[in-house]
Parts: sequence; C-alpha cells; structure tokens
Amino acid sequence: MRFMLLQDYYVEGLEPMTTWAPEDAKAHIDFQNRMNDELRERGELVEAQALTQAAKTVVGDGSSPIVTDGPFIESKELLAGYRTVDVESLERAIEIAAQASAAPGPNGAPINMPIEVREVMWNSSDGL
Amino acid sequence: MTSDPQLEDLLRAAAPRVLGAVVRRFGDFAACEDAVQEALLAAATQWPAEGTPQEPVAWLIAVASRRMTDRHRSEAARAEREELSAHEPSPGPVADHDDTLALMFMCCHPSLTPASAIALTLRAVGGLTTREIATAFLVPEATMAQRVTRAKQTVKASNAPFAMPGGDEWGPRLRQVLHVLYLIFNEGYVTTSGPQLARADLALEAIRLARIVHAALPGEPEVAGLLALMLLTEARRPARADASGALIPLAEQDRTTWDAGLIAEGDALIEAAWHRGAVGEYQVQAAIAAVHDAAPRHEDTDWPEIVVLYGLLGRMTDNPMVALNAAIARAMVEGPQAGLARLGELDEPLAGHHRLHAARAHLLEMAGDDDAAIAEFTIAAERTTSTPERNYLTTQAARLNANR
Repeated sequence: MRFMLLQDYYVEGLEPMTTWAPEDAKAHIDFQNRMNDELRERGELVEAQALTQAAKTVVGDGSSPIVTDGPFIESKELLAGYRTVDVESLERAIEIAAQASAAPGPNGAPINMPIEVREVMWNSSDGL
Repeated sequence: MTSDPQLEDLLRAAAPRVLGAVVRRFGDFAACEDAVQEALLAAATQWPAEGTPQEPVAWLIAVASRRMTDRHRSEAARAEREELSAHEPSPGPVADHDDTLALMFMCCHPSLTPASAIALTLRAVGGLTTREIATAFLVPEATMAQRVTRAKQTVKASNAPFAMPGGDEWGPRLRQVLHVLYLIFNEGYVTTSGPQLARADLALEAIRLARIVHAALPGEPEVAGLLALMLLTEARRPARADASGALIPLAEQDRTTWDAGLIAEGDALIEAAWHRGAVGEYQVQAAIAAVHDAAPRHEDTDWPEIVVLYGLLGRMTDNPMVALNAAIARAMVEGPQAGLARLGELDEPLAGHHRLHAARAHLLEMAGDDDAAIAEFTIAAERTTSTPERNYLTTQAARLNANR
C-alpha cells in the first residue's frame, strides 16, 4: 500500500525555522535526513520532497492564463513537503507519520506537527 | 537486463537453475544470489559481442562460482579461513526442477512479508534485475535494492535449509508459494504500452513462474488450479480496457478478442486437476473463470453452475469477498432482490469496502432503483484505491444521473 504523508509545518505558536537556534535547526534537518535514510534502508521510501513557499496560482480558460502569487497569503496551512512510502499497512504508515510529527523543534522539543496520511490510488485494477 | 528478447528469455530461464547449483555448492544463499546476478549481467554484456557459449548454464555457473571463490578468498585474507566444506552440504546429483522449487520455497519463506517475498522471488527465481522490479512496482531502485537485501537477511536469519519442506510443512509452505505467485499476478497492470514495458509485465511473469512450479509438481492439483486461474483470467486481458485504459466490465467485453488459446489451455488444466479429487480454492476459482470464459455472450453465462461453485468455495474459506461474489451470482439466477438480501448480511464484515457498494449499486440498478444505485456508485467511487475503477464507478453514477 502506498501512502502520501503531507506536512504543512503549521503548529500553533511555532515560529518559523529561520528564527530557531542554529543547532535546533540543524537537529531538525538531521532528523528528517535520518528518517529518509531509515525508510530507504527498510525498503519503504518512494519519495521525499520539500516544497518552496513561493506559490503561484494559475487559472486558465484556454487562451490567456491568469497568474497570481498565492491565494495562500492568508492561509497558514501551506503544504511544505511530503513523503511517499510503500508499506504493508495503514498502521505502518501511521507509525511513520507519528515519528515525523515528533521531529525536534526549538530546544529539541517535539514540534507535534500534524501529518496528513492519504492513500495513493493505483493505475491498476484486479480484474472485475 | 538486455534489449535482445531471445537472450533475455534464455538468461531468465537459466537464472534459477544457475542459482540452485551455486547455492548447493557454496551454501550462503544471499551471497550466491548476488554472484548469480553479476554473472547474468556479465552474460548480457559479453554474449551479444562474443557469441552465446555452447553451454550457457554451465558458463553462468562457472562465472558465478568464480565470484564466490574470489569472495571467499578476500574474506579469508581478513579473517581466519574456515574450511568451506566443513559446514556446507556437498553438491549432489539433483534435478534442476528440485533446485528451482527449493529456491521458490526459500524466497516465499513464511518469515517474509508478502512484499519482500515478491521482490525476492522475482529476482532469484524470475531472474529480473532490481531495476526491472523497481520499475514494475514504481519505487526507486535503491528502495527495491534494500527490500531485496533485507529479505535475504531475513531468510538467512531464519536458518531455512536449501531443501524442499517435508512432512506437515509441505502443504502450508506450498500454499505460501502459490499465494506469492497469485499476488504477483494480481499486480499486473491493466494498461501496458511498448514492448519493453510488456516484457516486465507482472501477470505474464507470474504465469511463467507458475508454469515452472507446475512442471516440477505436475501432480499437485492446486498448482494446476492456480496456473489455470491465471490463464483463464489473462485470456480476457485484451477486452478488459479500451484504448484509453478505461475498464470494461465482464458483461460488456468484446468476447471475440478473448485469447482462445489460453482458454483452451486453462480448461484442459482445470479439467485434469479437478478429476484428481483434491479440490482446493484455486481450482474452484479457475472453474468459475472457465464457466465465464465458456459463454459466447454474457447472457449465455451458466449462472446456476457459478452459484454452485461459489457455494463450494464458500465452504473452503470464510473470505467475505467470496460471499459477495456468490450474492451477485445468486442475483443473476433469482433476481436482484435475492442478491441484495445476501449483500445485507455482509454489511459488517465488509463495512465501507468499495466492492460491497459497487455490487449493491449494480443490483439496485437491476432492480430499477436508480436513485439508490447512484448513491451506492458514488460511495464506491469515493472508497476505491484504483484510479481506473474510480473512473468506471464515477461514470456509472453519471450515466444514471443523466437518465433521470
């Protein structure tokens, strides 16, 4: 089963990482890298990507598309990154999400960021 | 491994025989498996230029054995050398079939998760490269390489002997092998494009492996049953999707495009196995597939026979999916209300499963209750994890909506 684990880094009261102590930021980045290594080593990692915060929104009618910066400026929930994992069960995906949620923040305390777990659909079907 | 299909077939057929021989000689399954992969890759690059050797299998065994000897030499330089023969079984005259089967049992060892057993079987018995397996399962090569490595470590830690399981173990272990092949078959994709992708097709690979097991165990009716089930299902592949990849349900398929050769082969297999008397789940599923395949038109389907077969299958397993299919077959004989009543009993075991809602939607439509059918198609479309299925179910709801 394949799941996408989406994280937006929005946690009430959590300051942006640019304001953290450098060693806290490094600990956080190391944690993410370690987690990816571990998932790869277990044969479960499909992809891990971080997204830039610069978002463009495009609306097109077939002729001239309208491009705007964001409409996410008001929104605090901007998708920051995702992991795709290929695992045996939903339970295992939740376990990985729980681990990611406890990534260290300022002073090494877990940031408890919400991780959304979504199953990825397959371009196949078993018969019918 | 190579772009020459003939060479590829030759190497893939040789792979388990070579590995069997090398494991028998050196023990250490994990290291032998690596050595054989290296030998296969060497052959894929050397043979097209230098010509295929007279005895390809012997060539591969020699190259893989040399790698093993080199490996032992370099290990010995670091640590005190152990006498190889002291703890390794001596090579004996053993049939290739037995080696390939022993490998299959090892790769489908009960200590492995299904995903690990699948990866290991495709590499060690199927002779696929890690990259090919990774491509088939849409994961990065590094991830698949780790999956194979871990699987080999698990097998090693289980101390599984390189031998056929005996006594009470035989039945359950054989079922395990068949289950892994069944899972590989089910991973086969609906849509394939281009000769390269088609070669990596998992359904065809599962059939090839099932043929190997059947050739080694011609007297095991469930092996014949599984192979028959695969052939009778694969026969319908040309009709199962349209040019855009959209699913076409059994009732609407163009049956003239079904593969008559595969159907004849599957029929003969299940017929012969059935009369041996030890009827199991794969044989019953194959028999059901054979009844479907025998009908020139959907309305010619022998539904009473299918009801009987599902009844038999239902006594062998408590899988609620069997009860669901039985309810649909019952509806085709006695009308939609009879089927719907039976589906009602599955609300608990199949709570929220998209197939329950899809089946109910079809029967409600048969019963003329379009509003309820639309609602059920919609729920089913939301619940399925297959994109082609979601598209099909969504289209059904839209079709009924347009008719209102």
